Amino acid sequence: MCDSCHCNGNHDHQNVTIHHRSSHSHNHSQTEKTIRVERDVLDKNNTLGAANRAFFARQQILALNLVSSPGSGKTSILERTIRDVGRELTISVIEGDQQTVRDAERIQATGAEAIQVNTGTGCHLDAHMIQSALPQLKPTPHSLLFIENVGNLVCPALFDLGEAAKVVIISVTEGEDKPLKYPHMFRAASICVINKIDLLPYLDFDLALCKELARQVNPELIFFEVSAKNGDGFDNWYHWLRQEFLLINTVENS
Amino acid sequence: MHEMSLALRIIEVAESEAKKAAATRISSIEVEVGRLAGVMAEALTFCLDAASRGTMAESAKIVFITTAGSGHCLDCKRDISVDEFPAQCPDCHGFGVTINNGTELKIRSISIDDNEGRQDNV
Ligand SMILES: [Zn+2]
Repeated sequence: MCDSCHCNGNHDHQNVTIHHRSSHSHNHSQTEKTIRVERDVLDKNNTLGAANRAFFARQQILALNLVSSPGSGKTSILERTIRDVGRELTISVIEGDQQTVRDAERIQATGAEAIQVNTGTGCHLDAHMIQSALPQLKPTPHSLLFIENVGNLVCPALFDLGEAAKVVIISVTEGEDKPLKYPHMFRAASICVINKIDLLPYLDFDLALCKELARQVNPELIFFEVSAKNGDGFDNWYHWLRQEFLLINTVENS
Repeated sequence: MHEMSLALRIIEVAESEAKKAAATRISSIEVEVGRLAGVMAEALTFCLDAASRGTMAESAKIVFITTAGSGHCLDCKRDISVDEFPAQCPDCHGFGVTINNGTELKIRSISIDDNEGRQDNV
């Protein structure tokens, strides 16, 4: 057995980093025993995420996980979407927020059912939080569920909530290189909504470059360019929503 | 920092395995982190320090095995090594690359104090 890390010697030691703590005393005594574990760190979350996904499929609920950095206009996009398509499609919302209930109140003001999940010090929603929120929210079958994740482009990338798709929202007031700075999120997402396009004439933001960089990270990304302020571009987004909604209902019925 | 959730889960799994083996102390935890896993080893170390306080893994040594990333270029149809995103093919410089390895994040093994003094060779 290898002395430095108790392995079977089947790996390259250049790739091993050992982090000693001050309290660790070197005691390679013979009464130490190694147990193979081989467990994915995300296994528990992935199992719960799969259970959520199965629930959504049974109920024919289209669940979308909205992720962004703070200030991209996620809540404004949701408000407009609910006001515009809320009459034809039933929409409910799970609001993830570290502390406040302000976003949930904004959503409830549009008439949609909304529930607030406070993550406290946590920086992302996980599948267990969604599972716990569902019995309270009771989303109706054949409906649309938006999960507004905590404003953070790093952490939510790793956690499958059971959503049909992650929708990453950025705004033109951010840098074009956002996709390169947060590649894991842009890879995890299938949809990219670029918001605040009404501000383009006043900014240096290069829309084509931003999309090109995002495609480098994730060639499959589908883009929507919108202005939550004046409503530009929302028709394409609604068209996609209706299509996806019809799709899950058709698949389930066949 | 998602590393905190991951650290809590690592300690949870390590403790449950150690309890199954009737151990009282975990001396080391071996964690495999792929280069493309989206996890910073430094941040994870920091979080593991906090997450292990008051647990059987309090003074455990954390061993990180970093695994390399690899992918497949959809245009050249060949396997390439990938160290970061965006993944670019060194031949055709295209970005149409699927990832094969490097996103692993798992607990490989733990070492515990064997109270019965057995000398099991694993
Ligand atoms: Zn190529």
